[in-house]
Amino acid sequence: MAEPFLIGDGMTGGYGAVDILHDCTIAVEKGEIAVIVGPNGAGKSTAMKAVFGMLPLRSGAVRLNGEDITRLSPQDRVARGMAFVPQTNNIFTSMTVEENLEMGAFLRRDDISGTMEQVYELFPILRDKRRQAAGELSGGQRQQVAVGRALMTRPTVLMLDEPTAGVSPIVMDELFDRIIEVARTGISILMVEQNARQALEIAHKGYVLVQGANRFTDTGQALLADPEVRRSFLGG
Amino acid sequence: MDFINGFVTLANFVIVPGLAYGAQLALGALGVTLIYGILRFSNFAHGDTMAFGTTMTILITWAMQAAGIGFGVLPTALLALPFGIALTALLVLGTDRAVYRFYRVQKAAPVILVIVSMGVMFVMNGLTRFIIGVEEVNFADGGRFIVTAREFRDMTGLQEGLAIRTTQVITLITAAIAVAALFWFLGRTRTGKSMRAFSDNEDLALLSGISPERVVAVTWIITAALATTAGTLYGLDKSFKVFTYFQLLLPIFASAIVGGLGSPLGAIAGGFVIAFSEVTVTYAWRRVLTYWLPDDLAPSGLVQLMSTDYKFAVSFGILIIVLLFRPTGLFRGKVI
Repeated sequence: MAEPFLIGDGMTGGYGAVDILHDCTIAVEKGEIAVIVGPNGAGKSTAMKAVFGMLPLRSGAVRLNGEDITRLSPQDRVARGMAFVPQTNNIFTSMTVEENLEMGAFLRRDDISGTMEQVYELFPILRDKRRQAAGELSGGQRQQVAVGRALMTRPTVLMLDEPTAGVSPIVMDELFDRIIEVARTGISILMVEQNARQALEIAHKGYVLVQGANRFTDTGQALLADPEVRRSFLGG
Repeated sequence: MDFINGFVTLANFVIVPGLAYGAQLALGALGVTLIYGILRFSNFAHGDTMAFGTTMTILITWAMQAAGIGFGVLPTALLALPFGIALTALLVLGTDRAVYRFYRVQKAAPVILVIVSMGVMFVMNGLTRFIIGVEEVNFADGGRFIVTAREFRDMTGLQEGLAIRTTQVITLITAAIAVAALFWFLGRTRTGKSMRAFSDNEDLALLSGISPERVVAVTWIITAALATTAGTLYGLDKSFKVFTYFQLLLPIFASAIVGGLGSPLGAIAGGFVIAFSEVTVTYAWRRVLTYWLPDDLAPSGLVQLMSTDYKFAVSFGILIIVLLFRPTGLFRGKVI
Protein backbone atom coordinates (compact mmCIF):
# COMPACT_ATOMS: atom_id res chain seq x y z
CA MET A 1 0.00 0.00 0.00
CA ALA A 2 1.31 3.43 -0.88
CA GLU A 3 2.23 5.78 1.91
CA PRO A 4 -0.57 8.08 3.12
CA PHE A 5 -0.54 11.74 2.04
CA LEU A 6 0.36 12.92 5.54
CA ILE A 7 1.78 10.63 8.19
CA GLY A 8 3.18 11.13 11.66
CA ASP A 9 5.09 7.87 11.87
CA GLY A 10 6.06 6.32 15.21
CA MET A 11 6.12 9.66 16.99
CA THR A 12 7.67 9.65 20.47
CA GLY A 13 8.22 12.81 22.46
CA GLY A 14 6.94 15.31 25.01
CA TYR A 15 7.43 18.82 26.31
CA GLY A 16 9.97 17.94 28.99
CA ALA A 17 11.77 14.92 30.28
CA VAL A 18 8.66 12.74 30.25
CA ASP A 19 7.31 11.48 26.94
CA ILE A 20 3.65 12.04 26.25
CA LEU A 21 3.52 10.21 22.94
CA HIS A 22 4.77 6.64 22.68
CA ASP A 23 5.36 5.36 19.16
CA CYS A 24 2.15 6.99 18.02
CA THR A 25 1.19 6.88 14.35
CA ILE A 26 -1.41 9.16 12.76
CA ALA A 27 -2.04 9.36 9.04
CA VAL A 28 -4.54 10.78 6.59
CA GLU A 29 -5.14 10.11 2.91
CA LYS A 30 -5.79 12.79 0.32
CA GLY A 31 -9.34 14.13 0.51
CA GLU A 32 -10.22 11.95 3.49
CA ILE A 33 -11.15 12.66 7.07
CA ALA A 34 -9.11 11.17 9.91
CA VAL A 35 -10.33 11.58 13.46
CA ILE A 36 -8.35 11.18 16.68
CA VAL A 37 -10.49 10.23 19.66
CA GLY A 38 -9.74 8.96 23.13
CA PRO A 39 -10.24 9.70 26.80
CA ASN A 40 -9.14 12.92 28.45
CA GLY A 41 -5.38 13.19 28.74
CA ALA A 42 -4.80 10.56 26.08
CA GLY A 43 -2.53 12.91 24.17
CA LYS A 44 -4.95 13.57 21.30
CA SER A 45 -4.13 17.27 20.97
CA THR A 46 -0.47 16.53 21.62
CA ALA A 47 -0.40 14.05 18.75
CA MET A 48 -1.92 16.69 16.49
CA LYS A 49 0.60 19.29 17.64
CA ALA A 50 3.42 16.83 17.01
CA VAL A 51 2.24 16.40 13.42
CA PHE A 52 2.24 20.18 13.06
CA GLY A 53 5.71 20.62 14.53
CA MET A 54 4.68 22.17 17.83
CA LEU A 55 6.16 19.34 19.90
CA PRO A 56 9.77 18.20 19.85
CA LEU A 57 10.02 14.56 18.77
CA ARG A 58 12.63 12.22 20.20
CA SER A 59 12.01 9.67 17.51
CA GLY A 60 9.67 9.14 14.62
CA ALA A 61 9.06 11.25 11.55
CA VAL A 62 6.41 13.36 9.89
CA ARG A 63 6.10 13.04 6.12
CA LEU A 64 3.92 15.13 3.84
CA ASN A 65 3.43 13.83 0.32
CA GLY A 66 6.49 11.61 0.74
CA GLU A 67 8.73 14.45 1.90
CA ASP A 68 10.24 14.38 5.38
CA ILE A 69 9.13 17.55 7.20
CA THR A 70 10.06 16.48 10.73
CA ARG A 71 12.56 19.32 11.15
CA LEU A 72 10.38 22.10 9.73
CA SER A 73 8.90 24.80 11.99
CA PRO A 74 5.10 25.20 12.09
CA GLN A 75 5.44 28.35 9.96
CA ASP A 76 7.34 26.44 7.29
CA ARG A 77 4.69 23.72 7.36
CA VAL A 78 2.04 26.38 6.70
CA ALA A 79 4.01 27.39 3.64
CA ARG A 80 4.05 23.70 2.57
CA GLY A 81 0.26 23.57 2.58
CA MET A 82 -0.66 22.55 6.11
CA ALA A 83 -3.20 24.60 8.04
CA PHE A 84 -3.95 24.36 11.73
CA VAL A 85 -6.99 25.57 13.67
CA PRO A 86 -6.19 25.66 17.40
CA GLN A 87 -8.86 24.74 19.91
CA THR A 88 -8.95 28.16 21.60
CA ASN A 89 -7.87 31.66 20.64
CA ASN A 90 -8.23 30.67 17.02
CA ILE A 91 -9.46 34.01 15.65
CA PHE A 92 -8.35 37.64 15.78
CA THR A 93 -11.17 38.91 17.98
CA SER A 94 -10.54 42.64 17.47
CA MET A 95 -10.45 42.38 13.69
CA THR A 96 -13.34 42.04 11.26
CA VAL A 97 -14.28 38.70 9.74
CA GLU A 98 -12.86 39.83 6.41
CA GLU A 99 -9.58 40.94 7.99
CA ASN A 100 -9.34 37.54 9.71
CA LEU A 101 -9.58 35.89 6.32
CA GLU A 102 -7.02 38.32 4.85
CA MET A 103 -4.59 37.49 7.64
CA GLY A 104 -5.09 33.81 6.92
CA ALA A 105 -3.84 34.50 3.42
CA PHE A 106 -0.90 36.60 4.65
CA LEU A 107 1.70 34.41 2.97
CA ARG A 108 -0.02 34.60 -0.40
CA ARG A 109 0.97 37.34 -2.80
CA ASP A 110 -1.61 36.54 -5.50
CA ASP A 111 -5.25 37.57 -5.71
CA ILE A 112 -7.13 36.11 -2.75
CA SER A 113 -10.65 37.23 -3.68
CA GLY A 114 -11.49 33.87 -5.30
CA THR A 115 -10.57 31.90 -2.17
CA MET A 116 -12.46 34.37 -0.02
CA GLU A 117 -15.49 33.85 -2.23
CA GLN A 118 -15.20 30.08 -1.73
CA VAL A 119 -15.06 30.54 2.05
CA TYR A 120 -18.15 32.76 1.93
CA GLU A 121 -19.94 30.11 -0.15
CA LEU A 122 -19.01 27.45 2.39
CA PHE A 123 -20.03 29.64 5.34
CA PRO A 124 -22.70 32.05 3.99
CA ILE A 125 -23.23 33.66 7.41
CA LEU A 126 -19.66 35.03 7.30
CA ARG A 127 -20.48 37.03 4.19
CA ASP A 128 -23.25 38.86 6.07
CA LYS A 129 -20.96 39.49 9.03
CA ARG A 130 -17.78 40.28 7.11
CA ARG A 131 -17.51 43.85 8.42
CA GLN A 132 -18.21 42.83 12.01
CA ALA A 133 -15.50 42.21 14.60
CA ALA A 134 -14.96 38.46 14.84
CA GLY A 135 -15.00 38.67 18.65
CA GLU A 136 -18.66 39.74 18.55
CA LEU A 137 -19.83 36.55 16.84
CA SER A 138 -21.41 33.47 18.43
CA GLY A 139 -19.34 30.40 19.27
CA GLY A 140 -20.34 28.50 16.13
CA GLN A 141 -19.72 31.50 13.91
CA ARG A 142 -16.29 32.01 15.48
CA GLN A 143 -15.40 28.41 14.62
CA GLN A 144 -16.47 29.11 11.04
CA VAL A 145 -14.17 32.16 10.99
CA ALA A 146 -11.35 30.02 12.39
CA VAL A 147 -11.81 27.32 9.76
CA GLY A 148 -12.23 29.97 7.06
CA ARG A 149 -9.00 31.67 8.10
CA ALA A 150 -7.14 28.36 7.85
CA LEU A 151 -8.62 27.65 4.40
CA MET A 152 -7.34 30.96 3.02
CA THR A 153 -3.85 29.54 2.40
CA ARG A 154 -5.49 26.95 0.09
CA PRO A 155 -4.03 24.15 2.20
CA THR A 156 -3.76 20.51 1.20
CA VAL A 157 -4.19 19.42 4.83
CA LEU A 158 -6.51 21.01 7.35
CA MET A 159 -5.93 20.18 11.00
CA LEU A 160 -8.71 20.91 13.48
CA ASP A 161 -8.29 20.70 17.24
CA GLU A 162 -11.75 20.05 18.69
CA PRO A 163 -13.66 22.27 16.27
CA THR A 164 -16.97 21.61 18.02
CA ALA A 165 -15.83 22.37 21.58
CA GLY A 166 -18.43 24.52 23.26
CA VAL A 167 -20.96 24.75 20.44
CA SER A 168 -24.55 23.50 20.49
CA PRO A 169 -25.43 20.07 18.97
CA ILE A 170 -27.22 21.71 16.02
CA VAL A 171 -24.20 23.87 15.23
CA MET A 172 -21.98 20.82 15.67
CA ASP A 173 -23.91 18.87 13.03
CA GLU A 174 -23.66 21.80 10.67
CA LEU A 175 -19.92 22.18 11.25
CA PHE A 176 -19.42 18.48 10.52
CA ASP A 177 -21.39 18.89 7.28
CA ARG A 178 -19.11 21.74 6.29
CA ILE A 179 -16.03 19.70 7.15
CA ILE A 180 -17.27 16.91 4.86
CA GLU A 181 -17.74 19.51 2.11
CA VAL A 182 -14.18 20.74 2.61
CA ALA A 183 -12.84 17.18 2.37
CA ARG A 184 -14.77 16.67 -0.90
CA THR A 185 -12.74 19.48 -2.47
CA GLY A 186 -9.65 17.27 -2.05
CA ILE A 187 -8.36 18.68 1.23
CA SER A 188 -7.24 16.09 3.79
CA ILE A 189 -8.68 16.64 7.23
CA LEU A 190 -7.14 15.57 10.48
CA MET A 191 -9.11 16.39 13.59
CA VAL A 192 -9.28 15.78 17.29
CA GLU A 193 -12.79 15.38 18.67
CA GLN A 194 -14.48 15.04 22.04
CA ASN A 195 -17.77 14.06 20.42
CA ALA A 196 -16.30 10.72 19.41
CA ARG A 197 -19.45 9.04 18.12
CA GLN A 198 -20.47 11.83 15.74
CA ALA A 199 -16.91 12.37 14.60
CA LEU A 200 -16.33 8.70 13.80
CA GLU A 201 -19.54 8.66 11.75
CA ILE A 202 -18.00 11.09 9.26
CA ALA A 203 -14.46 9.70 9.51
CA HIS A 204 -12.78 7.58 6.88
CA LYS A 205 -10.17 6.66 9.41
CA GLY A 206 -10.33 6.72 13.20
CA TYR A 207 -7.53 6.62 15.75
CA VAL A 208 -8.27 5.75 19.35
CA LEU A 209 -5.41 6.92 21.53
CA VAL A 210 -4.83 5.87 25.11
CA GLN A 211 -1.93 7.26 27.13
CA GLY A 212 -0.17 8.58 24.08
CA ALA A 213 -0.21 5.30 22.15
CA ASN A 214 -2.42 3.84 19.41
CA ARG A 215 -5.04 1.52 20.93
CA PHE A 216 -7.37 0.99 17.97
CA THR A 217 -6.99 2.08 14.38
CA ASP A 218 -9.61 1.32 11.76
CA THR A 219 -12.19 2.94 9.54
CA GLY A 220 -14.70 5.13 11.36
CA GLN A 221 -17.54 2.68 10.74
CA ALA A 222 -15.53 -0.31 11.92
CA LEU A 223 -14.60 1.44 15.14
CA LEU A 224 -18.24 2.36 15.75
CA ALA A 225 -19.17 -1.29 15.27
CA ASP A 226 -16.39 -2.69 17.46
CA PRO A 227 -17.99 -3.74 20.78
CA GLU A 228 -14.83 -3.10 22.77
CA VAL A 229 -14.42 0.42 21.41
CA ARG A 230 -18.10 1.06 22.07
CA ARG A 231 -17.91 -0.17 25.63
CA SER A 232 -14.68 1.62 26.55
CA PHE A 233 -14.85 4.87 24.65
CA LEU A 234 -18.31 5.51 23.27
CA GLY A 235 -20.34 4.88 26.41
CA GLY A 236 -21.94 1.56 25.38
CA MET B 1 -20.12 91.02 26.52
CA ASP B 2 -18.66 89.92 29.83
CA PHE B 3 -19.40 86.32 28.94
CA ILE B 4 -17.54 86.60 25.64
CA ASN B 5 -14.60 88.35 27.28
CA GLY B 6 -14.47 85.56 29.84
CA PHE B 7 -14.62 82.94 27.14
CA VAL B 8 -11.83 84.57 25.13
CA THR B 9 -9.67 84.64 28.24
CA LEU B 10 -10.40 80.97 28.78
CA ALA B 11 -9.60 80.17 25.16
CA ASN B 12 -6.35 82.11 25.35
CA PHE B 13 -5.05 80.51 28.53
CA VAL B 14 -6.73 77.09 28.64
CA ILE B 15 -8.35 75.86 25.45
CA VAL B 16 -5.68 76.72 22.86
CA PRO B 17 -2.65 75.71 24.99
CA GLY B 18 -4.56 72.63 26.19
CA LEU B 19 -5.31 71.52 22.63
CA ALA B 20 -1.67 71.86 21.62
CA TYR B 21 -0.40 70.09 24.75
CA GLY B 22 -3.06 67.40 24.34
CA ALA B 23 -1.96 66.73 20.77
CA GLN B 24 1.67 66.40 21.91
CA LEU B 25 0.71 63.99 24.69
CA ALA B 26 -1.51 62.03 22.31
CA LEU B 27 1.38 61.49 19.88
CA GLY B 28 3.61 60.40 22.74
CA ALA B 29 0.95 58.08 24.16
CA LEU B 30 0.38 56.52 20.73
CA GLY B 31 4.01 55.41 20.71
CA VAL B 32 3.71 53.93 24.21
CA THR B 33 0.47 52.18 23.36
CA LEU B 34 1.86 50.67 20.14
CA ILE B 35 4.87 49.24 21.94
CA TYR B 36 2.61 47.90 24.67
CA GLY B 37 0.17 46.38 22.21
CA ILE B 38 2.74 44.71 20.00
CA LEU B 39 5.92 44.19 22.01
CA ARG B 40 3.91 43.76 25.21
CA PHE B 41 5.82 45.90 27.63
CA SER B 42 5.67 49.46 28.97
CA ASN B 43 8.53 51.32 27.34
CA PHE B 44 10.07 53.60 29.96
CA ALA B 45 12.60 54.84 27.45
CA HIS B 46 9.88 56.57 25.45
CA GLY B 47 10.44 60.03 26.96
CA ASP B 48 14.12 59.78 26.18
CA THR B 49 13.41 58.48 22.69
CA MET B 50 11.48 61.73 22.25
CA ALA B 51 14.43 63.69 23.63
CA PHE B 52 16.90 61.92 21.34
CA GLY B 53 14.66 62.44 18.30
CA THR B 54 14.23 66.11 19.11
CA THR B 55 18.00 66.47 19.59
CA MET B 56 18.63 65.01 16.16
CA THR B 57 16.00 67.31 14.66
CA ILE B 58 17.58 70.33 16.41
CA LEU B 59 21.07 69.48 15.16
CA ILE B 60 19.81 69.17 11.60
CA THR B 61 17.80 72.37 12.01
CA TRP B 62 20.98 74.19 13.02
CA ALA B 63 22.85 72.72 10.07
CA MET B 64 20.08 73.84 7.74
CA GLN B 65 20.01 77.30 9.26
CA ALA B 66 23.78 77.54 8.88
CA ALA B 67 23.42 76.52 5.24
CA GLY B 68 20.78 79.21 4.77
CA ILE B 69 17.91 76.78 4.29
CA GLY B 70 14.63 78.03 5.77
CA PHE B 71 10.97 77.15 5.56
CA GLY B 72 9.47 80.66 5.27
CA VAL B 73 6.99 81.40 8.03
CA LEU B 74 7.13 77.78 9.16
CA PRO B 75 9.86 76.57 11.53
CA THR B 76 12.90 75.03 9.84
CA ALA B 77 12.59 72.14 12.29
CA LEU B 78 9.66 70.79 10.24
CA LEU B 79 12.05 70.35 7.30
CA ALA B 80 14.57 68.66 9.57
CA LEU B 81 11.94 66.38 11.14
CA PRO B 82 12.08 63.54 8.53
CA PHE B 83 15.86 63.30 8.99
CA GLY B 84 15.46 63.34 12.75
CA ILE B 85 12.92 60.51 12.46
CA ALA B 86 15.27 58.47 10.28
CA LEU B 87 18.17 58.82 12.73
CA THR B 88 15.94 57.98 15.70
CA ALA B 89 14.57 54.95 13.87
CA LEU B 90 18.16 53.75 13.39
CA LEU B 91 18.85 54.19 17.10
CA VAL B 92 15.77 52.29 18.28
CA LEU B 93 16.27 49.53 15.71
CA GLY B 94 19.86 49.24 16.89
CA THR B 95 18.67 49.14 20.50
CA ASP B 96 16.18 46.43 19.62
CA ARG B 97 18.84 44.37 17.91
CA ALA B 98 21.38 44.83 20.70
CA VAL B 99 19.10 44.69 23.75
CA TYR B 100 15.43 43.82 23.39
CA ARG B 101 15.80 40.96 20.92
CA PHE B 102 17.92 39.02 23.38
CA TYR B 103 15.02 39.05 25.86
CA ARG B 104 12.40 38.47 23.18
CA VAL B 105 14.12 35.28 22.04
CA GLN B 106 14.15 34.11 25.65
CA LYS B 107 10.45 34.99 25.91
CA ALA B 108 11.23 37.09 28.98
CA ALA B 109 8.31 38.20 31.17
CA PRO B 110 6.96 41.71 30.46
CA VAL B 111 8.14 42.95 33.85
CA ILE B 112 11.72 42.08 32.90
CA LEU B 113 11.36 44.00 29.66
CA VAL B 114 10.09 46.98 31.66
CA ILE B 115 13.25 46.95 33.75
CA VAL B 116 15.32 46.52 30.59
CA SER B 117 13.61 49.55 29.09
CA MET B 118 14.53 51.53 32.21
CA GLY B 119 18.15 50.65 31.55
CA VAL B 120 17.74 51.77 27.96
CA MET B 121 16.13 54.95 29.31
CA PHE B 122 19.22 55.82 31.40
CA VAL B 123 21.59 55.11 28.53
CA MET B 124 19.53 57.14 26.04
CA ASN B 125 19.17 59.96 28.53
CA GLY B 126 22.92 60.08 29.04
CA LEU B 127 23.58 59.86 25.32
CA THR B 128 21.24 62.75 24.60
CA ARG B 129 22.75 64.94 27.34
CA PHE B 130 26.17 64.08 26.02
CA ILE B 131 25.20 65.20 22.53
CA ILE B 132 23.27 68.40 23.21
CA GLY B 133 23.92 69.25 26.86
CA VAL B 134 21.53 69.83 29.72
CA GLU B 135 20.62 73.44 28.98
CA GLU B 136 17.33 74.69 27.62
CA VAL B 137 17.32 75.02 23.82
CA ASN B 138 14.96 77.18 21.78
CA PHE B 139 14.93 76.24 18.15
CA ALA B 140 11.64 77.69 16.88
CA ASP B 141 12.02 80.12 14.01
CA GLY B 142 9.69 81.47 11.34
CA GLY B 143 6.56 83.47 12.18
CA ARG B 144 5.77 83.51 15.89
CA PHE B 145 2.08 84.37 15.87
CA ILE B 146 -0.82 83.78 13.56
CA VAL B 147 -2.93 86.16 15.61
CA THR B 148 -1.47 88.30 18.39
CA ALA B 149 -3.51 89.42 21.39
CA ARG B 150 -3.41 93.02 20.23
CA GLU B 151 -4.54 92.18 16.69
CA PHE B 152 -7.38 90.15 18.11
CA ARG B 153 -8.49 93.04 20.35
CA ASP B 154 -8.35 95.51 17.47
CA MET B 155 -10.25 93.12 15.24
CA THR B 156 -13.06 92.30 17.65
CA GLY B 157 -13.13 95.34 19.93
CA LEU B 158 -13.13 93.05 22.95
CA GLN B 159 -11.20 93.85 26.11
CA GLU B 160 -9.43 90.50 26.16
CA GLY B 161 -7.04 89.28 23.52
CA LEU B 162 -6.61 85.82 22.04
CA ALA B 163 -3.13 84.95 20.86
CA ILE B 164 -2.63 81.96 18.59
CA ARG B 165 0.96 80.96 18.11
CA THR B 166 2.20 79.41 14.87
CA THR B 167 3.60 76.45 16.78
CA GLN B 168 0.21 75.68 18.32
CA VAL B 169 -1.47 75.49 14.94
CA ILE B 170 1.42 73.50 13.49
CA THR B 171 1.17 71.09 16.42
CA LEU B 172 -2.51 70.44 15.82
CA ILE B 173 -2.17 70.07 12.05
CA THR B 174 0.92 67.86 12.22
CA ALA B 175 -0.66 65.70 14.92
CA ALA B 176 -3.84 65.34 12.86
CA ILE B 177 -1.83 64.28 9.80
CA ALA B 178 0.28 61.84 11.83
CA VAL B 179 -2.78 60.26 13.45
CA ALA B 180 -4.65 60.00 10.14
CA ALA B 181 -1.60 58.39 8.52
CA LEU B 182 -1.24 55.95 11.43
CA PHE B 183 -4.88 54.89 11.32
CA TRP B 184 -4.78 54.52 7.57
CA PHE B 185 -1.67 52.39 7.91
CA LEU B 186 -3.11 50.16 10.66
CA GLY B 187 -6.53 49.83 9.09
CA ARG B 188 -5.84 49.59 5.38
CA THR B 189 -2.38 48.25 4.61
CA ARG B 190 -1.31 44.63 4.71
CA THR B 191 1.61 45.38 7.05
CA GLY B 192 -0.58 47.48 9.33
CA LYS B 193 -3.19 44.74 9.55
CA SER B 194 -0.51 42.19 10.31
CA MET B 195 0.60 44.41 13.21
CA ARG B 196 -2.93 44.47 14.59
CA ALA B 197 -3.19 40.72 14.13
CA PHE B 198 0.10 40.22 15.96
CA SER B 199 -1.11 42.44 18.79
CA ASP B 200 -4.45 40.62 18.96
CA ASN B 201 -3.20 37.03 18.97
CA GLU B 202 0.51 36.40 18.64
CA ASP B 203 0.29 32.60 18.27
CA LEU B 204 -2.33 32.74 15.57
CA ALA B 205 -0.35 35.45 13.77
CA LEU B 206 2.62 33.06 13.70
CA LEU B 207 0.36 30.28 12.37
CA SER B 208 -0.74 32.65 9.61
CA GLY B 209 2.85 33.16 8.54
CA ILE B 210 3.23 36.71 9.89
CA SER B 211 6.91 37.36 10.60
CA PRO B 212 7.35 38.63 14.17
CA GLU B 213 10.73 40.26 13.49
CA ARG B 214 9.24 42.30 10.67
CA VAL B 215 6.26 43.38 12.76
CA VAL B 216 8.60 44.39 15.59
CA ALA B 217 10.88 46.38 13.25
CA VAL B 218 7.97 48.26 11.68
CA THR B 219 6.59 48.99 15.14
CA TRP B 220 9.89 50.51 16.25
CA ILE B 221 10.11 52.66 13.13
CA ILE B 222 6.58 53.99 13.65
CA THR B 223 7.29 54.57 17.32
CA ALA B 224 10.45 56.51 16.43
CA ALA B 225 8.44 58.65 14.00
CA LEU B 226 5.72 59.35 16.57
CA ALA B 227 8.20 60.07 19.38
CA THR B 228 10.35 62.39 17.28
CA THR B 229 7.30 64.24 15.98
CA ALA B 230 5.81 64.58 19.46
CA GLY B 231 9.15 65.75 20.90
CA THR B 232 9.81 68.25 18.14
CA LEU B 233 6.31 69.71 18.39
CA TYR B 234 6.62 70.00 22.17
CA GLY B 235 10.02 71.64 21.82
CA LEU B 236 8.77 74.10 19.22
CA ASP B 237 5.73 74.96 21.31
CA LYS B 238 7.64 75.32 24.58
CA SER B 239 11.36 74.63 24.62
CA PHE B 240 13.69 71.66 24.61
CA LYS B 241 15.40 70.35 27.72
CA VAL B 242 16.43 66.73 28.16
CA PHE B 243 15.18 66.53 31.74
CA THR B 244 11.74 67.94 30.87
CA TYR B 245 11.29 65.21 28.28
CA PHE B 246 12.18 62.56 30.80
CA GLN B 247 9.50 64.04 33.07
CA LEU B 248 6.96 63.94 30.24
CA LEU B 249 6.95 60.17 30.70
CA LEU B 250 4.39 60.45 33.51
CA PRO B 251 1.67 62.41 31.67
CA ILE B 252 2.30 60.29 28.57
CA PHE B 253 1.85 57.01 30.44
CA ALA B 254 -1.16 58.48 32.21
CA SER B 255 -2.66 59.36 28.80
CA ALA B 256 -2.05 55.88 27.40
CA ILE B 257 -3.52 54.19 30.49
CA VAL B 258 -6.52 56.52 30.81
CA GLY B 259 -7.37 55.79 27.17
CA GLY B 260 -6.73 52.07 27.57
CA LEU B 261 -3.28 50.61 26.89
CA GLY B 262 -3.03 49.09 23.46
CA SER B 263 -5.85 51.21 22.03
CA PRO B 264 -4.66 53.92 19.61
CA LEU B 265 -7.98 55.77 19.82
CA GLY B 266 -7.71 55.67 23.60
CA ALA B 267 -4.22 57.17 23.51
CA ILE B 268 -5.53 60.20 21.66
CA ALA B 269 -8.53 60.67 23.96
CA GLY B 270 -6.28 60.11 26.98
CA GLY B 271 -3.81 62.73 25.77
CA PHE B 272 -6.49 65.41 25.69
CA VAL B 273 -8.05 64.30 28.99
CA ILE B 274 -4.69 64.58 30.77
CA ALA B 275 -3.71 67.83 29.04
CA PHE B 276 -6.97 69.60 29.86
CA SER B 277 -7.02 68.29 33.42
CA GLU B 278 -3.49 69.55 33.97
CA VAL B 279 -4.16 72.95 32.44
CA THR B 280 -7.53 73.57 34.11
CA VAL B 281 -6.39 72.45 37.56
CA THR B 282 -3.27 74.63 37.48
CA TYR B 283 -4.95 77.66 35.85
CA ALA B 284 -5.79 80.72 37.96
CA TRP B 285 -9.47 81.22 37.24
CA ARG B 286 -9.88 84.68 38.78
CA ARG B 287 -10.03 86.66 35.54
CA VAL B 288 -12.50 84.32 33.85
CA LEU B 289 -14.71 84.11 36.94
CA THR B 290 -14.66 87.89 37.39
CA TYR B 291 -16.23 88.16 33.95
CA TRP B 292 -18.69 85.34 34.43
CA LEU B 293 -19.91 85.80 38.02
CA PRO B 294 -21.99 88.73 39.33
CA ASP B 295 -19.82 91.52 40.77
CA ASP B 296 -20.54 90.68 44.40
CA LEU B 297 -19.45 87.06 43.85
CA ALA B 298 -16.20 87.96 42.11
CA PRO B 299 -13.36 86.00 43.71
CA SER B 300 -10.71 87.81 45.67
CA GLY B 301 -8.07 85.05 45.45
CA LEU B 302 -6.45 83.54 42.37
CA VAL B 303 -8.83 80.54 42.29
CA GLN B 304 -5.93 78.34 41.30
CA LEU B 305 -6.56 74.80 42.53
CA MET B 306 -2.91 73.80 42.39
CA SER B 307 0.36 75.52 41.68
CA THR B 308 1.87 74.70 38.28
CA ASP B 309 4.85 73.21 40.13
CA TYR B 310 2.54 70.37 41.12
CA LYS B 311 1.12 69.70 37.67
CA PHE B 312 2.46 66.15 37.65
CA ALA B 313 0.27 65.39 40.64
CA VAL B 314 -2.71 65.81 38.31
CA SER B 315 -1.54 63.03 35.98
CA PHE B 316 -0.75 60.90 38.99
CA GLY B 317 -4.17 61.48 40.54
CA ILE B 318 -6.02 60.62 37.34
CA LEU B 319 -3.82 57.59 36.83
CA ILE B 320 -4.66 56.23 40.27
CA ILE B 321 -8.39 56.86 39.88
CA VAL B 322 -8.44 55.11 36.51
CA LEU B 323 -6.43 52.14 37.74
CA LEU B 324 -8.73 51.77 40.76
CA PHE B 325 -12.07 52.08 39.02
CA ARG B 326 -11.56 51.24 35.37
CA PRO B 327 -8.20 49.57 34.84
CA THR B 328 -8.94 48.89 31.18
CA GLY B 329 -9.22 52.63 30.51
CA LEU B 330 -11.83 54.58 28.56
CA PHE B 331 -11.54 52.48 25.40
CA ARG B 332 -11.18 49.07 27.02
CA GLY B 333 -7.53 48.40 26.38
CA LYS B 334 -5.68 45.55 28.01
CA VAL B 335 -5.70 45.09 31.77
CA ILE B 336 -2.29 45.77 33.20
